[in-house]
Amino acid sequence: MLGWTIYISFLGAAILSLLPRDNARAARVVALLTALPGFAVALIGTFETSAGLNTFCDTPWVPALGIHYHLAADGISLTLVLLTGIAAVAGILFSWNIEQRAKEFFAFYLTLIGGVYGVFLSFDLFLLFVFYELAIIPKYFLIAIWGSTRKEYGAMKLALYSFVGSAMVLIGIIAAYVVAGAKTMSLIELAKYPFPHDFQMWAFPLVFVGFAVLAGLWPFHTWAPTGHVAAPTAASMLLAGVVMKLGAYGSFRVAMTLFPEGLNVWKVEPYAPRVLDSLLNHSLIANIQWAFHLFGFGSWRDVIAVLAVIGIVYGAMVALTQKDFKFVIGYSSVSHMGFVLLGLMTLNDIGFSGAVLQMFSHGIIAGLLFAIVGRMVYDRAHTRELDDLEGMQLSSALPFAAVTFVVASVASMGLPGFSGFVAELQVLIGAWRSFPTMAVCAGIGILVGVAYTLRVLQKAFFGEATQGASASSRQRLSDEALGPISIPERIGAVILMATTLVIGLYPRLLLDLILPSLNSPLFEGLRKAGAL
Amino acid sequence: MSGVGYFDILKLAMPETIVSIAALVVLFVDLGIMRQAEGKFRRMVAALVTGASCLVGIFWMHQVGQEMGPGFLHGMLVVDPLTQFVKQGVLVLTLFTAWVSIDSSFTDHTGEYYALLLLATVGMMFLVSSENLLMIFIALELLSLSLYILTAFNKRNRKSAEAALKYFLFGGMAAAFTLFGLSLLYGLTGSIELRPVAAALKGKGLDPLLAVAMVMTVIGFGFKVAVVPFHLWAPDAYEGAPTPSAGLIASGSKVASFFILAKVMMLGFAGAEGSGAWRGFASGWVPLVAVVAVFSMLLGNLAAIAQSNVKRLLAYSAIAHGGYALLGVLTDNPQGVAALVYYVVTYALTVLGAFGVVSAVEERAGEARFSDFAGLCRRAPLLSFCMMIFMLSLAGIPPLAGFFGKFYVFTAAVGAEPKTLGLLWLVIFAIAMSAVSLYYYLQVLKQIYVADSSAEAPAIKPSAPFLVGIVLLATGVLVLGCAPDLLVGELAVAIKAAGF
Repeated sequence: MLGWTIYISFLGAAILSLLPRDNARAARVVALLTALPGFAVALIGTFETSAGLNTFCDTPWVPALGIHYHLAADGISLTLVLLTGIAAVAGILFSWNIEQRAKEFFAFYLTLIGGVYGVFLSFDLFLLFVFYELAIIPKYFLIAIWGSTRKEYGAMKLALYSFVGSAMVLIGIIAAYVVAGAKTMSLIELAKYPFPHDFQMWAFPLVFVGFAVLAGLWPFHTWAPTGHVAAPTAASMLLAGVVMKLGAYGSFRVAMTLFPEGLNVWKVEPYAPRVLDSLLNHSLIANIQWAFHLFGFGSWRDVIAVLAVIGIVYGAMVALTQKDFKFVIGYSSVSHMGFVLLGLMTLNDIGFSGAVLQMFSHGIIAGLLFAIVGRMVYDRAHTRELDDLEGMQLSSALPFAAVTFVVASVASMGLPGFSGFVAELQVLIGAWRSFPTMAVCAGIGILVGVAYTLRVLQKAFFGEATQGASASSRQRLSDEALGPISIPERIGAVILMATTLVIGLYPRLLLDLILPSLNSPLFEGLRKAGAL
Repeated sequence: MSGVGYFDILKLAMPETIVSIAALVVLFVDLGIMRQAEGKFRRMVAALVTGASCLVGIFWMHQVGQEMGPGFLHGMLVVDPLTQFVKQGVLVLTLFTAWVSIDSSFTDHTGEYYALLLLATVGMMFLVSSENLLMIFIALELLSLSLYILTAFNKRNRKSAEAALKYFLFGGMAAAFTLFGLSLLYGLTGSIELRPVAAALKGKGLDPLLAVAMVMTVIGFGFKVAVVPFHLWAPDAYEGAPTPSAGLIASGSKVASFFILAKVMMLGFAGAEGSGAWRGFASGWVPLVAVVAVFSMLLGNLAAIAQSNVKRLLAYSAIAHGGYALLGVLTDNPQGVAALVYYVVTYALTVLGAFGVVSAVEERAGEARFSDFAGLCRRAPLLSFCMMIFMLSLAGIPPLAGFFGKFYVFTAAVGAEPKTLGLLWLVIFAIAMSAVSLYYYLQVLKQIYVADSSAEAPAIKPSAPFLVGIVLLATGVLVLGCAPDLLVGELAVAIKAAGF
């Protein structure tokens, strides 16, 4: 049943490519009529399936290599499938004003959506990888054709970063497949296979980081702000809302469940006093471990957790200094995704469920923020410079946008009652149990988050038009009256706001899905490795 | 000859015979009857005859399941499921080469063009089905000579003549190397059949003379498949040659040459493999091929980045792909052969389609620079979509055939030494390089989909049959990528039967 989310999306893309070229209206309608059933299927599937792992399609695909077409879902997949459904519908509502090459736009858009659904539902490693890479190419075209600010640069950077990340993953997958006897690609089977300890020690960081490139892991995050800024509204909503989650999901689902021992503490032999000889005699991975060890790291878990915290704080700090409205949101995404990665590294139940919930919550909130910046503000004011916006007093010109942004920023800051609070609180509690210092640092990140959010709120919407410099922008504003917020935008914004509020007030809706699936045999290895 | 009559041989060589006869028929029909007819009509008829003969050949091999082992006629004609499979692949490629040639008006000598196409095909077919050093050389020459002429076929273009001369001079030299290597091998073992050669070499270790023979052979075949450092002819030949001829050089000829390279190395030099494992190096042909593969991937991919002509870009990408395919060769096991055959066949289909699109653009714009492709998606949406499929398949994006081909070759290479993962370093290198390649393939697609066409850019209106051919190729690339088992399953069976 849930498989239809994938097929409907691809079918929609195929139908779109057959439409007449210049009928933007038909293209929009077809796209919406494709995304809505997809969302409906995801919704029904989410609340109909029982807890735990449900397989709904498993047939041999390439029998000679043991590759299966295996679609299944557990609570984690379901949460993210639901997120994809909501984001897809909202994205289409917010790109209702696309006129140029509309049918191609929505065809690429739906291909991307289909690929994303596919990743979340695949339980065969090969299949998962196929969907994962399938999602790269539409992103490139969406940004390069319909984007703004340095769009070709941003698009190419994004495509190459994703492709390099997936190349790392591919190496890990092939090696794991061969080591396990080249008989199966099934995630469930491979999770049971006891990979040699040394193998896990290098395969884990390779695959984890390969996926985490797409999750915005510092210092591999630099594609994210440029890509988000260059992308058209719907694409940046999807990028931040769903695509970054692909990375985090892959890190969790593949790297952590297959190679749990990679998280263990290293056994680093002392290199001194014959350092040079030792360097030459050890493998590359041992040397890297030794080098990290010099700085006080004891395991890959430490390394990644520190990178995640750096991402949280650094993203927030940089967001604080940006002049471009969209860059602020772009860096805030890096910061919020840091919580997901930190949650994964806590290795306890509450941290994991916080991480998954944060994926969902950030997907909704970032989507909303990008919709406001890209569609409600930029498409009308034709500027994203905070200094220019300050003079426009958008709160009176676009009251609906202002209200939406207040809600979105409150959610983004993590105030109780919104989904961000539940998610980040869980991550922090989990982190406090595992590494208290990191939790404190991440808490600082939250404080900075409040600062940049309030700053941007004040500048963009509640600015006081006193400086002379803003006279010109005010002039422009009165020349071309800002159009009112259209109906599709209102609907989209309400959907997203309602979602974050509902989950914030009653998080059990999702937690009841997530928590039971952490007990599935997939996570057996992690449990044995000392986690959970 | 032990009781085998000429009739039996003819029956075994029936597909080759059919194609040869078709070559003559094309010549006679075109020269005798259609001298005065319109160019387009002549091309159509000639392509129909060519295609029909290919289909008959394929049908024959499919239906009349003959088998004749390697001992027969000193291995001159080996007819087993694997060679039949590859020969069918070659025929499909010829069929499509003829198909995408129908819109190209670079020559008035239609009959000769198609006849040479078919003769080259005969060369490929004999090359594929031979395990006899002498026969391999003869078939190689038949193929090469036909290709030299095909390269020079555009008499109105000086570049075409230059390309052909370069190709011919390099090729002649390479043939000398091949012959030298093979003759040394004969001198060492007293046999010209691959399996007895290997048997005679067994246990002798790596004789210096054997090493020379090995290197010479690799040079000769390395030229044929255009891998570094024997690639210098390729970019010029691809650029100067009429585009459909370049398509054949890059597709059918590659398939046949790679297959015979694998056969000569795995069967003829069996026992002298050595090892290319990381920190486990041992001299033999595997490390030799590994070095060639590494440099091909490196140079092919890096040089392709700097190109601004799509044909030259495809030439360098072909060098890079030659490097990936060599990974299948140095795997040195049946899995590797299966992966290699899958890889080169799907690669050939893809690159043939890409050359087809290029030829359509070239026909109107005169050249194949990047700027000639700008805004193609507005001028020829269907062709552009097909080009997107071809380019992404070459880059190795799923679910296209190029991705599964790479995956298959890489798993086979890693699986060659599953305990130590000895060849993993090569695969890591290959995957890193294929990440580089996405950049330049996207450059082409960027011209097609993102850039705006200049005002005077001509509309591209290919004929309907031509479009059908391209769409079929694109569909093939997509279908083989989504359902690789169509080929993989059959290949596994064929290889088991062939006794690799």
